[in-house]
Amino acid sequence: MAKRNASVEVSTEKNENEIALRETEGLSQGQIIFRRFVRHKAAMISLIVLVSIILFAFTASGIHLGSEQNPITIPGWWHFSITDIDPEGAILATCNDGVTGCPTLDLVPSFIDGTGMQIGAHPWGTDQIGTDYFALVTRGAEQSIMVMLIVGLLGVFIGTVVGAVAGFFGGIVDAILMRVTDVFLVTPTIVIGAVIGFRFGNLGVVPLALMLGFFAWMGLARFVRIEFLTLREREFVDAARIAGASNRRIIFKHILPNAIGVIIVSGTLLMSGAILIETALSYLGFGVRAPDVSLGTLISQYQDSFSVSPWLFWWPGAFIVSIALCINFIGDGLRDAFDPRQKRRITLKDRLKARELKVKA
Amino acid sequence: MTEPVLKVSNYNVDFWVDGTWYPAAIDMNYEVMPGKTLAIVGESGSGKSSSSMGLMGLLASNARTSGTVEVKGIDMLSASPNTVRKFRGKEVAYIFQEPMTALNPVYTIGFQIVETLRVHFPMGPVAAKARAVELLTLVDIPNPAESFDKYPHQLSGGQKQRAMIAVALACDPALLIADEPTTALDVTVQAEILDLMRELRTKLNSGILLITHDMGVVADMADEILVMKDGVTVEHDTADNIFNRPKHPYTQQLLAAVPKLGSAPSRTAISSENARPVLSLKDVTIEYPKRGRQPAFQAAKNISFEIYPGEILGLVGESGSGKTTIGRASIGLLPIKEGSIEVSGIDLSSGSSKALREARSHTGMVFQDPASSLNPRLPIGESIGEPLFLAKVAKGEELAHRIEDLLDQVELPRSYRNRYPHELSGGQRQRVGIARALALNPDILIADEPTSALDVSIQARFLDLLQELQESLKFACLFISHDIAVVEILAHRIAVMQHGRLVEVGDRDQILRSPKDPYTQMLLAAVPVPDPAQQKLRREARNAARS
Repeated sequence: MAKRNASVEVSTEKNENEIALRETEGLSQGQIIFRRFVRHKAAMISLIVLVSIILFAFTASGIHLGSEQNPITIPGWWHFSITDIDPEGAILATCNDGVTGCPTLDLVPSFIDGTGMQIGAHPWGTDQIGTDYFALVTRGAEQSIMVMLIVGLLGVFIGTVVGAVAGFFGGIVDAILMRVTDVFLVTPTIVIGAVIGFRFGNLGVVPLALMLGFFAWMGLARFVRIEFLTLREREFVDAARIAGASNRRIIFKHILPNAIGVIIVSGTLLMSGAILIETALSYLGFGVRAPDVSLGTLISQYQDSFSVSPWLFWWPGAFIVSIALCINFIGDGLRDAFDPRQKRRITLKDRLKARELKVKA
Repeated sequence: MTEPVLKVSNYNVDFWVDGTWYPAAIDMNYEVMPGKTLAIVGESGSGKSSSSMGLMGLLASNARTSGTVEVKGIDMLSASPNTVRKFRGKEVAYIFQEPMTALNPVYTIGFQIVETLRVHFPMGPVAAKARAVELLTLVDIPNPAESFDKYPHQLSGGQKQRAMIAVALACDPALLIADEPTTALDVTVQAEILDLMRELRTKLNSGILLITHDMGVVADMADEILVMKDGVTVEHDTADNIFNRPKHPYTQQLLAAVPKLGSAPSRTAISSENARPVLSLKDVTIEYPKRGRQPAFQAAKNISFEIYPGEILGLVGESGSGKTTIGRASIGLLPIKEGSIEVSGIDLSSGSSKALREARSHTGMVFQDPASSLNPRLPIGESIGEPLFLAKVAKGEELAHRIEDLLDQVELPRSYRNRYPHELSGGQRQRVGIARALALNPDILIADEPTSALDVSIQARFLDLLQELQESLKFACLFISHDIAVVEILAHRIAVMQHGRLVEVGDRDQILRSPKDPYTQMLLAAVPVPDPAQQKLRREARNAARS
């Protein structure tokens, strides 16, 4: 009896799946994750916006690497640099009862206010002494993005490897790695940052970011370790072992995708945190050094002029907010792509709008 | 005439999913009389649990209920939350499936009983404690006064369920809702808990609403039975009528799918004289090493048995008897302390990774919980193909073909290969588990409780499939299960374990018809049979044997 039912059900299942059979081409885990990520609208838009911001900032100000003594510079397309001072231009752009250096960017067409659309000499204004703010902000964005990406990627990499190895192997390996983590954790970040800044600050932003990344992985390592401790007891790990998988394959193919949520959440936090650490260090004089700038130094430097020249605040602020938002949305998209199950909350509106499903009683 | 303690009429439960109300229970009508038991049976997803949780407003926020639920004449669905709260625990008490999770681990069981008492009655701590100890005595917990101060983890599974019942009985409830009260327990413990519930029903004259999928338990307890399928009541009748004269085809099908101890056709044992055993254990001892303050624990002692090609050996025993330990050691997932294990002539006791890899290519394993044994982030096609890929048997195009063949073999559509495990039902997932285990054409398949997470009708199909595959592919099988009726269907020989020792090994018919060891006899007597009359006789015989 049961057998007959089985065959009936299987045959109906087969009919239903005639259409689905077209998609029987075998997809690997990576391909499926990629497809799901591409379908995530917010993440794709954020990715495009972030790439545009990066391209915009890097091409506008050019690329600046190397130390103060031997700089490696590729010039950008913007005609002012951060060291050019243009006091006449600042005075020309006076507005609001004598405040100098107002933005000359005007996006309102002439039939509304009569001045017409124009970019002007200093579209984003200048600071008090006449340094072009477009040059400063794009350069600052470039530096901050480099710090953020390098710290984020390095921190995530070290943290994941340390946490995964400690959590998976356990025992003595775990004990040693976690004590090392503790040593890193108990040292205050700002002290480490000050030492690093003092020693490497004049080498430019890349070595600084590398060193910061080297001291930013501890929290992530702990989270990843806890995830691994629970995941390694699951039966699918045993199943993989029986199938003949090596430790490396089990860690990276089987357990890591299951821990990706934690890694991405802490990774995005780490990246936003990196901007703040860099700002704090720069504020103390150990990070990015004048005349070079970062978004953080711009904001802290002009914090007093908010009431008179608010644009000195807006532009770097807008960059920080949009970069952080993009990173967070991309993180969301990645997490959803890796997690086949997604949940959403139900609101009262949902309840009222819901359709009735009639079933014959 | 007595009033019913619970009267449910035109009762509906719906769940909100993605903009649609999906019904979980449709137009239910029933009554529970004091001192009587109404059993709601059905397979998972039939709405039996959610309908009973909804009675007292215990459902999640995405559910809604309608109709009337009268407890002692007051409608619970229209009453204020405050009134309903007063009824909970006092007039209507719940016994949950998992005593381990339903009891709060950071409070003593005494505290949890006292809490219920003092919420509902103006009672001092001393009086409440006296009453709690009285309740613990009532549910037969050893040393009630001492157990009062014990934490849930200090009690065994059966004792925890007894404590749970004591909490439920604290206020002499008029109605007891027992949601799968014995599913997490061993058969012998289950028999004791059912005896206790039966005794309490007569003593306290409470009505019991019993929700279960186990027809044996129903036969043991119920006066009336309500059969549910997809939220609809398909049949509602007395226990006698349901079991002996089922009217609805679904009820008949459900009863037919239940494996019944002692009803499988006799089976000839596989002749094993000339063959070499595929799996042989000699004096195997397995020890879990000392951990912190916990001393080392011997999970299996001096186990010896052999499995010959084409033979199914059923390994039965209660939880903690070491049967899973034996299964895991046979595939090299646990180190062996003493003795030797040979798989297809390869000695595992050395523990060298080369021997292990070699042995594992001759072995397949089906795990207990299909939800946990498949990687949730891996499409099932990859899970199935992994052994082939890693053994370098096939890759690329050929691997894809082999995966399709394996899916055909376990009767799953090929298009399922790109699905994730959570998109499949429990039975389908377990088929994937078999497909993966059979990928390398193993000499021996180790199946660790493969059906315990499945509904009876799905279990029946699964067992059919396993038997068909075994007959065509001729692999040997170590089938580990706590359910003797299932083992009876499959096994040629049966081994019984208790407390890490092998109690008895023998041909299936010898073990089931004339068990020699007293433990085996007790185990067989405790299995509930889905037939009220027969079960009554068995129960009386068991009680007579015990006293």
